[in-house]
Amino acid sequence: MATVLNFLTRRRGRHGFDLTDWLSWAYLVFGTVLMFGPVLWVVLSSFKTDAALAQYPPTLLPFAAKTVAVEGYDKPLELYRITGGEYQGRHLAEIRRIGLVAQMVDPAEPDKRLKVNIKDRQPEQALAFAVSNYTELFSRFNFARYLWNSVFITVVATVITVLFNSMAAFALAKYKFRGRTAVFLLIIATLMIPPTINLVPIFLVVSKLGMVNSPWGVIWPAVATPTGVFLLRQYMLTIPDDLLDAARMDHASEWRVYWRIVMPLSAPAIAVLTIFSVMWRWNDFLWPLIVLTRSEQFTLQLALNSFQGELQTNWSHLLAMTVLTLLPITFVFAFLQKYITTGIAQSGVK
Amino acid sequence: MAALELEGVVKDYAGVRAIHGIDLKVEDGDFCVFVGPSGCGKSTLLRMIAGLEDITGGELRIDRVRVNEQRASERGLAMVFQTYALYPHMTVWENLAFGLENIRTPKAEIKERVTRAARMLQIEEFLGRRPKQLSGGQRQRVAIGRAVVREPRVFLFDEPLSNLDAELRVAMRREISALHRRLGNTMIYVTHDQVEAMTMADRIVVLKAGRVEQYGTPLHLYNEPANQFVAGFIGSPRMNFIDAVVDGTDAGKVTVRDAAGQAYEVSVDGSGISPGQEVTVGIRPEHLEVGGDKGHPVSVQSIEQLGGQSFLYCETPDGTQLTAHFVGQTSMRRGDKAHATFRRSFMHLFRKSDGKALKRLEIGEAAI
Amino acid sequence: MTFASTAVRTVYQAAFNSLERPLLFVQNLVGMRRVAWMFLLPNLVIFGAFTFLPIILNYFYATTGSDAILLSQRPYVGAENFRTLLACKDYLDPNTCQQDIFWRAIHNTAKFVVLQVGLMIVFSLVTALILNRDIVLRGFFRGVFFYPVLLSPVVVALIWKWVLQRYGLLNAGLEEAGLSSVNWLVDANWSFFWIVFVTIWAHMGFYVLILLAGLQAIPSDVYEAAEMDGASKWRVFYRITLPLLTPTMVVVLVLSLIRAVQAFDEIFVLTGGGPGTATTLILHYIYETGFAARPRLFGLAAAASILMAAVLMVLTLLQLAVTRSRAEG
Repeated sequence: MATVLNFLTRRRGRHGFDLTDWLSWAYLVFGTVLMFGPVLWVVLSSFKTDAALAQYPPTLLPFAAKTVAVEGYDKPLELYRITGGEYQGRHLAEIRRIGLVAQMVDPAEPDKRLKVNIKDRQPEQALAFAVSNYTELFSRFNFARYLWNSVFITVVATVITVLFNSMAAFALAKYKFRGRTAVFLLIIATLMIPPTINLVPIFLVVSKLGMVNSPWGVIWPAVATPTGVFLLRQYMLTIPDDLLDAARMDHASEWRVYWRIVMPLSAPAIAVLTIFSVMWRWNDFLWPLIVLTRSEQFTLQLALNSFQGELQTNWSHLLAMTVLTLLPITFVFAFLQKYITTGIAQSGVK
Repeated sequence: MAALELEGVVKDYAGVRAIHGIDLKVEDGDFCVFVGPSGCGKSTLLRMIAGLEDITGGELRIDRVRVNEQRASERGLAMVFQTYALYPHMTVWENLAFGLENIRTPKAEIKERVTRAARMLQIEEFLGRRPKQLSGGQRQRVAIGRAVVREPRVFLFDEPLSNLDAELRVAMRREISALHRRLGNTMIYVTHDQVEAMTMADRIVVLKAGRVEQYGTPLHLYNEPANQFVAGFIGSPRMNFIDAVVDGTDAGKVTVRDAAGQAYEVSVDGSGISPGQEVTVGIRPEHLEVGGDKGHPVSVQSIEQLGGQSFLYCETPDGTQLTAHFVGQTSMRRGDKAHATFRRSFMHLFRKSDGKALKRLEIGEAAI
Repeated sequence: MTFASTAVRTVYQAAFNSLERPLLFVQNLVGMRRVAWMFLLPNLVIFGAFTFLPIILNYFYATTGSDAILLSQRPYVGAENFRTLLACKDYLDPNTCQQDIFWRAIHNTAKFVVLQVGLMIVFSLVTALILNRDIVLRGFFRGVFFYPVLLSPVVVALIWKWVLQRYGLLNAGLEEAGLSSVNWLVDANWSFFWIVFVTIWAHMGFYVLILLAGLQAIPSDVYEAAEMDGASKWRVFYRITLPLLTPTMVVVLVLSLIRAVQAFDEIFVLTGGGPGTATTLILHYIYETGFAARPRLFGLAAAASILMAAVLMVLTLLQLAVTRSRAEG
């Protein structure tokens, strides 16, 4: 314990641990609970049965009624602990309930029926993860379809984004040509006009191209990101021109210079853009909501939204779906946090 | 293997002329060095030859064929860059092979050529490494190796040694010379260091402000600099210059006088000048003898003794600074009065008006 | 891993080889001088179709009526859409306006922007200052605050919807503590509080990161010099940290303003703009008018978005000016 405390209060500075340090720690611990708590709560809840979800006040961990198979009964029976009356202290299984009295049976003596007042008993509960919430997403709902739609849009849009943006960035960073500054300013200027402002006319273009209710209607309007061009151009400016000239002396065509020299050397910036693009497309909501109206074209986000909008919200499946949707991003976060945070800190974009 | 010809080659940057009509002929197998102060256009000229810069006017020919319009990759030249420009994401082997892969050389031949070049440059053990893992000298070898495997018609070097420390530079200088002897290719080498130029070149092109000042063998440039700029640029320490006025011209010599009235005899052809004309006298530090009690009086300002050789910094009565360089040591001290001897067969004379040198009739250096 | 990287390499090579010949042909066709345009073209075509063209088209929509999507079928109405939007007896009272929901949305957005941006800046600054301290597990805590930034708006909204529902965790906790439960998302004031809270919860990490970068850019010798001068901790904060952080703070301010004006996703899923129109913001109005409600009033939506664009334009120009002065200073 002392070593733990020692570790937690360790500082690189010369000063000791003072009040502001304690306050900082309190803030951070509270912040951790506030930031992770709700997510963790959703994850735990997603493993609860419908019965457990309806329970109020809720239990922290997913509990379900314990059941026992009793000779002579087809279905497993729910197990109760008797807290008062004649059979106090025994564990009995319920056969049926009639008013305030339950007909019960001792699993050890399956022939004898016992009558117990329902006030005198407590359900036996056990930790039980309702994995069926997840499996049913695939068997009863079209989850695989939504997942595929989301993955398809994310992967294809990201590949095209990286390709097109890096080509444009290469041209803007490594060639001197008339109109270069104008093109660059034009692209940067579009940072000022987020797509949310042009919803109506973009919808016209998309519908004219016959891409309404098609994943391409989500992909094409999203791939020419000014952020990506800007990010990559700034990085490519740091690649020495000598390297490109050396490749040209080595008989490389311009395309080869781009593909074999500039692209591999821009790998860090491309990684950042890839992560951003995956995040953007995976999390996209408003634009897919407008373009994709048929449920078989829904992305995960749209499916989640339409699920929760139903009259009787089916929380057990909705929570499982929420967890599956946040899972990939959580993995990205866990493994690439450093990349993402430095990328954002350097470029100031998200 | 190729000969290179430039005829009236011109380069403009946004309407400003950077290269003013260069005419040059580099013979097949020559080691030609472009030398000049920074900003003289030597690198631009090299990049124009390489095809990395457009040629505004004139004609560039390789083996008598006009190549102005050919792209860098089509001219069959190879270049070693000042920054080495090694591809940082490729291993040494991949760096060497890249150019050959680009022209679809068969795998077996790539392997053979890369291995041969690596052995020649002693970089075999680094073939699997990335450039970052190599020392400066090793990177330099790889950069040269990348040019060698291509078996180019002409090698181009753009200040390849300027990033190395002094000791390594001397070693690499000799290696590049040895490489030239072994391969026999035409090589064009750009440097701002006249020592590199003198030690490596078959022929030197001295450039200044986009113009050729002189073109010739190292010793020709040293012995018979065409003008005061070349005289001052070639040779280290720099040639001493004394402002003077022509006193009289005789057959075989010209007599001049400096501001303090001291007379100097110079053995040059005086047919181009007349008495009263302003000139500059030049004498290299290694030919200036200080000591004894004859000659022009000077005062010693400072002394640098390196043990094997010494430098004396003196001042003439009219305030001109003179440097003398000689082998061995001296017992002179700062503040000593001494005499300097100017031997006429070692002296140069330049017209003040255009800096042009007068033809030397005796060349003392060659006589030693 | 090596197998995966070999596979990636192979695909990369194959993609290259399949594209090289046609592109080499194009390169020879257009010549070296124009080769840059070859690289720019794909991006510019997309930009043209989905950004530049729509910017122009937006004005045509804003000046035409009916629910037709094709411009050729839309009658010209001049500034009618703008007049409809701006028809108001008293701008402070949305009930007197022809488009009362539009004005409610504007009022809500103004209130939201002021509250959300103000609180966002305070909390992200405090968090950044604490995370900048010499504390163990600093990397972990930074991750904690950043994590929600990556979550999708829909997920964020659902997480909180689950916590805030009538029989949710929060109410259970309150009852446990002896307080009475509240129907959070049904009460107008509380649901407004929660959209502010949830959007801060979801996006704060991003601004914390930018502020942390700004804090870390302050050279440590400045602090050491202040210490040598005998400055107290608070004095160091007021006289050194805060002034040197001001440029970063302005960036954060402008960025969060731009985002707040466009807030939509989380709120749409969390409250659906309700109860009533208590949490309907401007983008929500545009979406409802142009796409959700029938008939689809594209003209009105376009006109509203042009008004919103004007606000954003000013904010973005501000941002560019600030970023530039920061880059130069």
